[in-house]
Amino acid sequence: MNGSKSTTMIVAAVTAAMILLPLLHSGGSVSAVVNFLAPFVTTVAVLAVIAIGLNVQWGYTGIFNFGVVAFFMVGAFVAAIVTKQPADSEFVQYVGGFGDRLAFLPVLDSQEWLPFVFGVLAAALAAALLALLLALAALRLREDYLAITTIGVAEVLRRVTIEEAWLVNGTRGLTGIPRPFAGWFDAGVYKFVFLLLALAVLAVVYLLVERGISSPWGRVLRALREDEDVVAASGKNVFAFKVEGFVLGAALMGVGGAFYAFQQGTVSPETFTHFFGTFIIWAMLVLGGSGNNAGAIVGTYVIWGFWSITLQLQGFDLPVFVVDRISFFRDFLIGALIVVVLLARPQGLVPERARVSRWLERRVRELQQQGAKREATPVESAPRTAE
Amino acid sequence: MTAAAMPLLDVAGLTAGYGGVDILRGVSIRVYPGEIVSIIGPNGAGKSTLMKAIFGLLPVRAGQVRLAGQEITNQPPERLVRRGMCYVPQTDNVFPSLTIRENLEIGGFARDGGRGERMGQVLRLFPALAERPGERAGRLSGGQRQLLAIARALMLDPQLLLLDEPSASLSPKMVEMVFEKVAEINAAGTAILMVEQNARHALTLSHRGYVLAAGENRLEGEARQLLDSDEVRRLYLGE
Amino acid sequence: MSTGTVSSTVNVAPAGLRRLGDAAGSVALFVAIGAFVAWSALTHPSQLVVGLVVGSVLALGALGLTLIYGVLKFAHFAHGDAMMLAAYLAFFVLSGNLVGTRGTDVRLPWSFADLPGATTPIWRFSFGYGLVLAVLVAGAVAALLLLLVDRWVYRPLRQRRAGVAIFAIVSLGVAIAMRSLILMIWGPTPRFYVAGIRPTVQILGGPRVVTDQLFIIAMAVVLAAAVYVLLYRTTAGRAMRAMADNPDLARVSGINTEAVVRTTWIVSGGLIAVAGSLLALQSQLKPELGFLLLLPVFAAAILGGIGSPHGALLGGLVVGVVQEVAVSVGILSPGYKFAIAFVILILVILVRPRGLFGA
Ligand SMILES: Nc1ncnc2c1ncn2[C@@H]1O[C@H](COP(=O)(O)OP(=O)(O)O)[C@@H](O)[C@H]1O
Ligand SMILES: [Mg+2]
Repeated sequence: MNGSKSTTMIVAAVTAAMILLPLLHSGGSVSAVVNFLAPFVTTVAVLAVIAIGLNVQWGYTGIFNFGVVAFFMVGAFVAAIVTKQPADSEFVQYVGGFGDRLAFLPVLDSQEWLPFVFGVLAAALAAALLALLLALAALRLREDYLAITTIGVAEVLRRVTIEEAWLVNGTRGLTGIPRPFAGWFDAGVYKFVFLLLALAVLAVVYLLVERGISSPWGRVLRALREDEDVVAASGKNVFAFKVEGFVLGAALMGVGGAFYAFQQGTVSPETFTHFFGTFIIWAMLVLGGSGNNAGAIVGTYVIWGFWSITLQLQGFDLPVFVVDRISFFRDFLIGALIVVVLLARPQGLVPERARVSRWLERRVRELQQQGAKREATPVESAPRTAE
Repeated sequence: MTAAAMPLLDVAGLTAGYGGVDILRGVSIRVYPGEIVSIIGPNGAGKSTLMKAIFGLLPVRAGQVRLAGQEITNQPPERLVRRGMCYVPQTDNVFPSLTIRENLEIGGFARDGGRGERMGQVLRLFPALAERPGERAGRLSGGQRQLLAIARALMLDPQLLLLDEPSASLSPKMVEMVFEKVAEINAAGTAILMVEQNARHALTLSHRGYVLAAGENRLEGEARQLLDSDEVRRLYLGE
Repeated sequence: MSTGTVSSTVNVAPAGLRRLGDAAGSVALFVAIGAFVAWSALTHPSQLVVGLVVGSVLALGALGLTLIYGVLKFAHFAHGDAMMLAAYLAFFVLSGNLVGTRGTDVRLPWSFADLPGATTPIWRFSFGYGLVLAVLVAGAVAALLLLLVDRWVYRPLRQRRAGVAIFAIVSLGVAIAMRSLILMIWGPTPRFYVAGIRPTVQILGGPRVVTDQLFIIAMAVVLAAAVYVLLYRTTAGRAMRAMADNPDLARVSGINTEAVVRTTWIVSGGLIAVAGSLLALQSQLKPELGFLLLLPVFAAAILGGIGSPHGALLGGLVVGVVQEVAVSVGILSPGYKFAIAFVILILVILVRPRGLFGA
C-alpha cells in the first residue's frame, strides 16, 4: 500500500518536473513542453523495450548480463546498415546498405516501411545470434563468471566498432539513418508519428512477453530463477530454458537498439558506453522492480526522466561550478540509487506480482513427498548396526 | 548420573528451522556434567538442525538453551566457544586448504595463551595427526579428517563437546577408533552430546540417550533402557 | 588448448584418471606459459619488461580481488574503480589539485609536494618521497572508504544472505558512484603524477627500461611478500584463510568473522591503493580506466584460480606479459589490448575454470 503510494508520488514528481522545467525554461510556451515531451517519451519507450529484454534475462530467468550494451549496440548498428543506402563517399565506410534493394514491393510506397521491417528483424536476429553463441559458451558458468564474461564481450565489440573502420565507419559512426514512414509526413508531425510507433512497439513487446511469461514455458522460466535444482529434478532441461530466456531477452535488446538508431538518426561507438548501454538499463530495471515488465517501464520512465531533468537544468542559469559537474553528479546518483534501492527496497517501485510460481511450489511439494517416502523407511542405521 | 545436579546443557522446548519452515518443534534435551548423551533418530529427523540451533548457527524461534545455568539462546558461535562448548559439524568440519597444524591453531583461536601446550596435549591424544602436521587437511583420508575435526574442537579444552555423527561414512576400523577417542575424551572430564546413526554403538557407549523423530522428542532414558526398548530395537537397531 | 580435450574427455573417467588428466592439464598450462615467456624474452625483451611491469600492477589488483572473493564470496566489481579512486587520492595528496570551473585547476594552498625536497627525485626515479607518502595516505583513506562501504552496503546484504548476483549489481553501483566521484572532483582530463620525460637505465645485457618501472616491479614484489607473510605467518591471516575455506566452521572455531571481513578490506584497500598508484605511475590517471581494469584483473584472478593468492600473482604477470607482447607483435592494434585479457579470460573459463591453483 505504502509502496504503491510512494511509487505514484515518484512518477508524479518526475512528470511534473518534465512539464514544469521546459515550461519555465521557455517562459511558458506549451509547444516547447510538447516538443520536449515527445522525444522524451519516445526514448522512454525505446529504452523500456531494452529494459524488458533485461527483465526477461534477469528478472524472469535469473541470468546475469552485465553486457547489455553489446546487444543494444549490435541491434542499433545492424538496423542502421540494413536500412541505409550503400556508402557513397570515400570518407564513409560501412558494410551493407540495403535500403533500396529491400524496398522491393512495387506497391504501398514500400521504401517507407519494408526496409525497416527487415532492419528490425535483422537487429533482433543479430542480437539473438550473439546471445546464442555466448550462451553456448558461457551460460553454464557461475553467475559472477558470466557477468565478467558479458562485460568482456561488450568491451570487445565496442573495440571492434572503433578499430575496424570498414565495418561501421569507426569512431565517426553512422549518420543519416533513415526513419520509417518519414516520407509520408512533414517534419513537425513526424515526431509524433514516431512516438506512436515507439509506443506501439513497446505495447507489442510488453504484451508478448507477458503472454510468454504466463505460459507454461514462462512458468518454468520463473521457477528456474527460484530454484534450478527443483526444475532439473522435474526432468526439465534447465540449460535449454536458460538459453531460450537469454536469447529472447537479447533479441528484445536488439529491437530496442534498432528503434534507438531510427530515433537518433546517428549512432557511433561513443554512444554505446558501458554506462549508457548497460548500467542505466540495470538501474531502470532495479529501480522499477525486476521480475515485472510494468516495473521495467516505470523504472525506465523515472530514470530517463531524472536524466532529462539534469540535462534541462544545464539550460538554466546555474553556477558554472554546478553546470560543469551536473552530468557526473547525475551518474553518481544513478550508481548510488542502484545501491540504495537494493538495500532499502529490493523489490523496486513496482514489486513483482505474487504469481511467482505455483508450478515451483507444486514441484517442491511433490519432491518432498517422494523424499518423505524415502525417509519413512527409517532404518538407514539398520545395515550398519547389523555389521 | 546425579539427576539433582544442575545440567550442563539444558535445551527446553526448542523450535527452529530453515526459511519459513519449523523443522524442530519444542525439543528438550539435557546433558549433565561428565555424561555422554546420544541423540538417535531417522534421517531428516532434525538432529543436525538441533545441533546448529544450539550452537547459534540457526535462529531459535522458541524455547531456551542454557549452558551451566546461563541463558545462551541465539548467542553467536564465536561467543559460545568462549563459554566452554565446542562443536564438530557433521560435514565440512575441517579447513581443507589449511594444514593439520593450522587447523589446530584455528581451533585454539579463542585461547588467550597456551596454544602450543594445548596442541601438544591434543596431538598426544591423536598420534596419527602428529606424524605429518604440515599436511593439508584436504588431502587426509575421511577417518583422519574426522579425527582432526575432533582434535580441532578440543583445542579450547571444552566442558561440553557437541559431535554430529562422528562415525558417519567411516570404515569399521575407523568407527572403532573414533568411539574409543570419544570415550577417552569423556574419561578426561568432557561431557559429550553426540548425534549418531550408529545407534547401537553410540548407546552402548553413552550414559543416556534421546530418540528424535520428525522434529520432536520421541523417547528418552538411560542408554541401556533404550537399547532394550522394543521400539528402539525395531526402528533403529534393525531387529 | 590441449587441456580442454584432456579435461573434457576424462569427465567420464574414474577419479584416478581424472586426477591424472587434471595434473596433465595444469602441467600443460604451466609449460605453455613458460614457453611463451621464454619466447618473449628472446624476441621481445623490452615488451617483456613492460609486460612484467603492467603484470605486477595487475597482480596486486588481482590479489586484492581474490582475497575479497575468498573471504566475502563475491566478485567485487568496484575493484577497478576503487583502484582509480585511490590513485587519484594519491594524486590529490601529492599535488593538491582539484578541477575548478571550465576545466581549469584549483590548487590547495598546501600539499605534500610542498614538503621540503618532496619532489626531488629519489635515485634515478622520476618522483620524490612525496609520492611515496601520498600513496601511503591514499592507502589508508582507501581502506577506510572500503570499510565504510562494507559497513553500510555489503554488511546489510550479508546479514540478509543476499545472493552473489545482488552483491555483484550493488558493487557495480558502487563502481559507478566511485567513477563519478572522480569525475566530479578531478574532471575528465588525464592526469600525471610527474610531468616530463622519465629517466631510463640499461639493464645488464638487456633492454633499456624506464627507471620507474623497476620501482613498480620492486614494490609489487615487496607488497606481495608482505601479504604472503600476513596470510601464512600470522593469526589474522590464518583466520582469513580459514574463513575463505569455511565461514561457518570459522565461527564455530571462535573466529569473529566480521573482524576478519574488516581485516580483508583493510588489506585489499592497501593493495588497491598501491596497485592503482603504480598503474598511474606507469601510464596515467584516467577516470574510465577503472572499469576497463576489471577485465585484466578478473582474468588474472580467474587464471590463477579465484581465491588463490599465488594464483593471482602469477595470473597477473601472465596477463600483463601476454597483453603487452601480443600488442607489440603487431597482429593486433593496441586498441585491442583489453580484448586480449578477455580472450585469456574466456579460454580459462572454458578450458580450466578452476585456473592454475584453484580448488
Ligand atoms: N540448509 C537447509 N535448508 C533447508 N532445509 C534443510 C536444510 N538442512 C536440512 N534441512 C531439512 O531439515 C530437515 C532435518 O534435517 P537434518 O537436521 O539435517 O536431519 P538429520 O541430521 O536428523 O538427518 C530435513 O527435512 C532437511 O531436508
Ligand atoms: Mg544430520
